[in-house]
Amino acid sequence: MSWSAHDYDDIPGTYVFNGRRSTTGYPLNRMCMSFNSAENRDAFLRDEDAYCTKFGLTPQQRAAVHARDVLRLVKLGGNIYYLAKLAGIFGLNVQDIGAQQTGKSLDEFKAMLVAAGE
Amino acid sequence: MATIVGGITTSHIPAIGNAIAKGKQNDPYWKPFFDGYPPVRAWLDAVKPDVAVVVYNDHGLNFFLDQIPTFAIGAASQYSNSDEGWGLDVLPPVSGNPALSWHVIESVMADEFDVAMCQQMTIDHGVMVPMSLLWPGGGTWPLSIVPLEVNTVQHPLPSPARCYRLGKALGRAIRSYPEPLKVVVLGTGGMSHQLQGERAGFINRPFDLMFMKTIANDPDALAGYSIGDLVAAAGSEGVELIMWLVMRGALGDRVSTIHSHYHIPVSSTGAGVLVLENAA
Repeated sequence: MSWSAHDYDDIPGTYVFNGRRSTTGYPLNRMCMSFNSAENRDAFLRDEDAYCTKFGLTPQQRAAVHARDVLRLVKLGGNIYYLAKLAGIFGLNVQDIGAQQTGKSLDEFKAMLVAAGE
Repeated sequence: MATIVGGITTSHIPAIGNAIAKGKQNDPYWKPFFDGYPPVRAWLDAVKPDVAVVVYNDHGLNFFLDQIPTFAIGAASQYSNSDEGWGLDVLPPVSGNPALSWHVIESVMADEFDVAMCQQMTIDHGVMVPMSLLWPGGGTWPLSIVPLEVNTVQHPLPSPARCYRLGKALGRAIRSYPEPLKVVVLGTGGMSHQLQGERAGFINRPFDLMFMKTIANDPDALAGYSIGDLVAAAGSEGVELIMWLVMRGALGDRVSTIHSHYHIPVSSTGAGVLVLENAA
């Protein structure tokens, strides 16, 4: 297979959610979509492995879910809006996962945003 | 005939919805953001629109990646909000206006915009946060809406130029509706932000401020950007700014800026509020 190049491919630290990433990420994103239901969130918490199996996640995606590694999940085709639903189960919001992806503490991440806005 | 009383831009990030739910409007972190809104509400109180066309993007509530329309217009008599998975309060439904929706759909289709038509559409924070900011009070919405959904999730996205032209078609559609309705157009989302990757937390104050001025005075210049340009300058989620161009297209060539307010950051985002009216 040959995937087309784009003008956004070389923006550092940025994984634009295109067809290539969406193809890889489909099972993962479909699982995350199911978390709109409280019943499904509970089922995931009761048996994470069984829940991931049901949606056909790859071994790499399952390992990254298990590690709560959002950056890895992005690289494995997760879309950040869908991953936010997974992160929400663990009580993490977009600032928490921003901090995690940039290797900063939450306070450092918030301080970076305030400084960038000045 | 229907008239367009003006256009409003606003961020729609969930953190704002949470801050409203928790009554944090006067909290030192939030106050500089919420201070941008009383003049908008005063303007709305004066012009009293009957309908809002809400240009927004779905974030995985109504649409999933199995079927993603580029542009979708709601044609329901009521739109419900629902659980998005991470704890935002579910707000009461908003009424629709099917006759206006179908008129807009027919008119933009005649203008070669082949939109998805939705008689059931669950609306997420992309609609609910702007509604709560502009018509606060816990969900007795004083007007009906026509939701116009733009795909900003699954690339390829519609170009800024395409969105601007859709806005022009939307403007022609509204102005040709035979009832004397007053319509306000909301361009939601943005401004600069990036939620994903090692570049998460990227924001761009100079770009946001330029964008707010230019969208009023020279929208064609912004329509010349590519999606890649916008990702680079405004962040991967900052591309939501294409929805501001839909709103701007619905207004005339010359507009007056009635109100402008910018605060950065709210959560991980630059937040810009504009009220634009067609120039006399």
